[in-house]
Amino acid sequence: MAKKSVKDRMSNEVNAGSMADIAFLLLIFFLVTTTIAEDKGVLVRLPPWSEEPPEVLKFKTRNVYSILVNANNDLLVRNEPMKIEDLKEGVVEFILNPNRREDYSETPNDAIVSLKNDRGTKYETYLAVYNEVKAAYNELFDGEAQKQFGKDYEFLTTPQKKSVREVIPMKLSEAEPSSFGEE
Amino acid sequence: MAKFQKKRGKSNPTISTASLPDIIFMLLFFFMVVTVMRTSTKMVSVVTPSVTELTKLEKKSLVNYIYIGVPKPEFRDIAGTKPRVQLGDKFADMNDIPLFLEAHRQKVDERQRGLITSSLRVDKDATMGIVSDVKVALRKAGQFKVNYSAKKRAE
Repeated sequence: MAKKSVKDRMSNEVNAGSMADIAFLLLIFFLVTTTIAEDKGVLVRLPPWSEEPPEVLKFKTRNVYSILVNANNDLLVRNEPMKIEDLKEGVVEFILNPNRREDYSETPNDAIVSLKNDRGTKYETYLAVYNEVKAAYNELFDGEAQKQFGKDYEFLTTPQKKSVREVIPMKLSEAEPSSFGEE
Repeated sequence: MAKFQKKRGKSNPTISTASLPDIIFMLLFFFMVVTVMRTSTKMVSVVTPSVTELTKLEKKSLVNYIYIGVPKPEFRDIAGTKPRVQLGDKFADMNDIPLFLEAHRQKVDERQRGLITSSLRVDKDATMGIVSDVKVALRKAGQFKVNYSAKKRAE
């Protein structure tokens, strides 16, 4: 129409009412496609591979805490069956040896945790065992850090962490799995 | 008192919706930032176990993913029903792992190559046989930093 009132021409604003709708559309799209990343896990350092069979090292039996897991996901700790729930406590007591027992480690420095599983062991069980051992060591690190610096282990600086780990080194040995069970 | 006059009826109380787009945009940007577009389709079903001692993976570009699990129903004709390894977007066996790691290593800046972590996303019902084989393959390929992907368990 040719005739337009002056008032109509002056109101040259973009209608922002639909902006919210557009934004909602995008929002819903991103809501649907989002998977909040679960990038967490148990960090492990593998030993280097060598073709030669490993050197046979002899340790005193009292210094080795052997954990065997069979294909039925049962634990055999130092020739005694054990439940996973009791493992952490057992490891802590073995390493610290507060009661100076003859069959537990001489010093935390000598203590070795040996882990062996079967090819038929469930991954869940393996990781649960690994987690318990790691939890035990983390508890020991925290205890030692409190003693030396009065702080938890994770708040220490790198040289401080080193001095804690000199007292309690994490010695975890993983043997090649046996293959008795069905995979 | 004169100062406290009744204002009712004088103005019609409508909430201004002008700031609504801004609020929505704020939400939108939040989700845009946290979104990770999945680069490869998962062909094996993986439910990770729950543990207590978790470490967070820091840099996404320094991580490569290895999936181990039972193939999803639509792939069972070609891949079987036993747990399989998935690298990138195809099924693989142990011989493909070195090449996969090398391909990822090429993309990473030389100074940061020592920080590359392999994230193993393994189904909790998989057996250790296949996981051990992958571990041996990683060790042979010189990839020692490994992260067993897991969920947080409530204590």
